[in-house]
Amino acid sequence: MKIAIASGKGGTGKTTIATNLAFVIAERGEPVQYLDCDVEEPNGHIFLRPDIRLTEPATVAVPEVDLSRCSDCGKCGRICQYSAIVPLNGKVLTFEQLCHSCGGCVLVCPQKAIREKRKTIGYVDEGVSGGVMFVQGRLEIGDVRTPALIRQVKRKIDSQAVAIMDAPPGTTCPVIEAVRDEDFVLLVTEPTPFGLHDLKLAVEMVKKLKRAFAAVINRSNIGDDRVHRYCREEGIDIVMELPDDRKIAEAYSSGRMIAEAVPDYKHCFEQLAHALEVRK
Amino acid sequence: MKIVITAQGQDVSSPLDPRFGRAKWLVAVDTETGGFEVHDNTVNLNASSGAGIQTAQNVARLGAQAVITGNIGPNAVKTLDAANVAVFLSKASTVQEAVDAFKAGELSETRQANVEGHWV
Repeated sequence: MKIAIASGKGGTGKTTIATNLAFVIAERGEPVQYLDCDVEEPNGHIFLRPDIRLTEPATVAVPEVDLSRCSDCGKCGRICQYSAIVPLNGKVLTFEQLCHSCGGCVLVCPQKAIREKRKTIGYVDEGVSGGVMFVQGRLEIGDVRTPALIRQVKRKIDSQAVAIMDAPPGTTCPVIEAVRDEDFVLLVTEPTPFGLHDLKLAVEMVKKLKRAFAAVINRSNIGDDRVHRYCREEGIDIVMELPDDRKIAEAYSSGRMIAEAVPDYKHCFEQLAHALEVRK
Repeated sequence: MKIVITAQGQDVSSPLDPRFGRAKWLVAVDTETGGFEVHDNTVNLNASSGAGIQTAQNVARLGAQAVITGNIGPNAVKTLDAANVAVFLSKASTVQEAVDAFKAGELSETRQANVEGHWV
């Protein structure tokens, strides 16, 4: 089963939910995988403290032009919607950061003057944390090809395990990439005006992607009841609520797992694991 | 000599548009005759990326030897350089003012971006 942990708003507790969920599933002796798809700032490793055993570069294709074969026909520039390849005055400029690796310029070049070369955009790490199989993507600083790296992280999904994807915040392309083909999406929110506003955007997104989903309300005793009311009116299941408790914040701030450091709340994650299991 | 000025309107009395890539209009002025033509650049206003590159290509297509704008990024500079178009920066308030300053030799050519790209 593939589960994405997403949210509209940032800082609602995606990583807290994702890492602790993986932890309690592993404790039950079931195969479980945690994949950090928040590749612009992966932080699941702070809590799971994995032993990284393999690191591979993640690459994308970008064009390389052999000017000696170029006939200056201009077809490569016309097919590129991103101005990543610009034929000009007998020269051909390439802008690798703008390239979306569609391969169109290679295909249309009648002179076969363009070939694809690999460009490293980040790294995929694999390791273990107790019984949790750990995978994370790390985007190179200055690179913007986030969805491409997320795709490469997701190639590591083990179909025999419960795979938990820790998605980036928001509702943009990287998030779509992280949740688009998962069996279930957990939307983590908080009962604040921002939490509600961004939850609505996230709900719209998962509905468009036709994903089964439910809500998790973190810091459930703060703010007001509008998030609860919204979920009730929209028929959205709330599968977990975690209160705002100083003990949780303290454990989090020192990089510890809630299920381990604050045993009072361990059952919340166990119940969540159970709730997901019955939805398989 | 044909020079292009990035403009917020369609004639020489229009304010100079300080943005290069997302300038609304390109006013091409013939410095000898004072005649001018206008090119609509609005399509690049909403480009998700590559606006500077495309505007630079438009400037090159207009046959300009120089361009005057307020700010310019690295991709646009690279493209204009390849197209042999000289870049001049100006804080003039109108297109005409910029042209006058250029003709008086008050503007100096730049070969470097004065603002960062949006994808640094």
